[in-house]
Amino acid sequence: MWYFRTLGKRKIIEFIFLCLFMLFFFGPLLNLLLLAFAGEWQYPDILPSVWSLNWWSFVLQDESLVRSMWLSFVIATVVTLISIIICIPAAYAFARIRFPLRRFFLFSFLLTNAFPKMGLYVAIAVLFYQMNLMNTFTGIILIHIINTLMFMTWIPSAAFENVHKSQEEAARDVGASPLRVFWHITLPMAKPGIIVASVFTFLSSLNEAEGTFLVGVPNYQTMPVTMYSIIADYPSTAGAVFSVILTLPTIILLFAARRFVGADAFANGFKMK
Amino acid sequence: MTIKLEIEHLAKIYPTGDGVKQIDFYVNEGELVTLLGPSGCGKTTVLRSVGGFIEPTSGTIKINNKEVHHLPPEKRPSAMVFQSYNLWPHMTVYDNLAFSMKLKKVKKKVIQEKVTEVLKLVHLLGMEKKYPSELSGGQQQRIALARALLLEPEVLLLDEPFSALDAKLRHELREELREIQAKRNLTMLFVTHDQEEALSISDKIVVMNNGHIEQIAEPQDVYNTPASLFVAQFIGRMNFVKGKAVNNTIRIGDLTFPFDDAYTGNVTIGVRPEDIQLADNRTSSIDALVDKSMMLGHFAEITLQTKMGSLKMFVDREQMKQIALKSTIPIHLNRFLIFNETGEVLNIIGG
Repeated sequence: MWYFRTLGKRKIIEFIFLCLFMLFFFGPLLNLLLLAFAGEWQYPDILPSVWSLNWWSFVLQDESLVRSMWLSFVIATVVTLISIIICIPAAYAFARIRFPLRRFFLFSFLLTNAFPKMGLYVAIAVLFYQMNLMNTFTGIILIHIINTLMFMTWIPSAAFENVHKSQEEAARDVGASPLRVFWHITLPMAKPGIIVASVFTFLSSLNEAEGTFLVGVPNYQTMPVTMYSIIADYPSTAGAVFSVILTLPTIILLFAARRFVGADAFANGFKMK
Repeated sequence: MTIKLEIEHLAKIYPTGDGVKQIDFYVNEGELVTLLGPSGCGKTTVLRSVGGFIEPTSGTIKINNKEVHHLPPEKRPSAMVFQSYNLWPHMTVYDNLAFSMKLKKVKKKVIQEKVTEVLKLVHLLGMEKKYPSELSGGQQQRIALARALLLEPEVLLLDEPFSALDAKLRHELREELREIQAKRNLTMLFVTHDQEEALSISDKIVVMNNGHIEQIAEPQDVYNTPASLFVAQFIGRMNFVKGKAVNNTIRIGDLTFPFDDAYTGNVTIGVRPEDIQLADNRTSSIDALVDKSMMLGHFAEITLQTKMGSLKMFVDREQMKQIALKSTIPIHLNRFLIFNETGEVLNIIGG
């Protein structure tokens, strides 16, 4: 208690709030983790009575489940790469060129996130039927990219804006052509923002379920899609195991990104200019 | 002396109608020429045109007698030092300096030698592995200068390079720049809005105002014989008094001065504070009431109330003891300038 006595009243209140927040934030995650390793767990008990890895071996041995994991990672990687190729030049244009309706276009990326997703997907599905894109890999990639465009344009665009034009001019001055300036100066300086955007893109593609479900079923079932059926068909433990597997890359990637970039790069991404 | 940089009839008109026009001047080899003027006068526009960052509307820019105004910045034999240093934060000091040579595929050993040499020149040897964010403002600007020097430019362009630094450091860097200039025989075009800086480092000053050149002269001439009212008030301190010229006399209130000019109309009299002196018995004098006194180190600035209006003069420590506040002293104008209504110099009297 001596520790609390040295703190002011305000600090104690802050501490209580922090604890509540942690409970709220990490409680469900902890519960999920416990559930994944539980063999038997009755309601009033705080901890499972029997621990087990049964459901882990079930999930990891089921070929179709493992295949869905692979598929998810392949799709997320492809989506991230294509988004980078499409969006980085667009982000640079938004940051550097003052074209008419610039802000309008920038905000238009929000539109896909403004509507209820299912409604949008149904409309897209109609289009996809006509173009024979239903139940295809390309179709899934397209539907994922619709969601990732916003991150991939906004965050790198803010990152490019943080590179001063005069820093590019200094590079021109010492003899670099515009292309070299972009490659050696602008791109490396904007790298933190681009990494953050790529992580967001990868994760949002990895976790995308609704669009994939609509366009990909039955041939293309990614992890989140498979999870729906697992939750419906198996005990909750199987769902927990699957969730942990789905959460793992998120946590790993976010920690990796934190190593490369500071928290300000995350925040800068959503600064509008 | 050979002319290194020559600018002829340069004009840059922006869509807003602002810009610069009728810019003509040259810079000799080994000279430091300053573009001086208030912010918005167009001095940076001229400098950036030389560097290749602005495309002039018309006119020619020659470096070593070769036209360069159609070349992009990377192809011009000039180098620029920016106000905001513009070092690249993701590169170490070494990489910042080596960048230009790496682009030219210079051998690694040669790059190392040159970087070491230039770091010695700017007194920052041993900083190779640091990142720009780990350096102070003065150090960053030294590195930026080193980066420009490594290009071995025909003309070094400096865009208010020291204005982000504190006064003492600014002083130091000015001196260093002069030393480096002497060692390397640099030809420089320097932009500043700080008249003291311009007077102290320039071989020649180009005073600009409102998009055009007001005067091109050596520092002491700009100070002593300003070409216009604008130059007179922009450079150094000067008292201004309104008067009227009629029948070969100038009237200021009750006072009259003889005036050897046919001009008739409103005039402005300009007197530098150091040209106002205590009158001894032999000279004609004006009575002045000592109103205020402000200590400025080795001298004081006192405000006088006279029939001409309020005047400021400088007095040294010895004189300060003799002058009491609210007393009346006789003063004499050693030297003053007379400007007509449009701000042109009509006459310089005395001195």
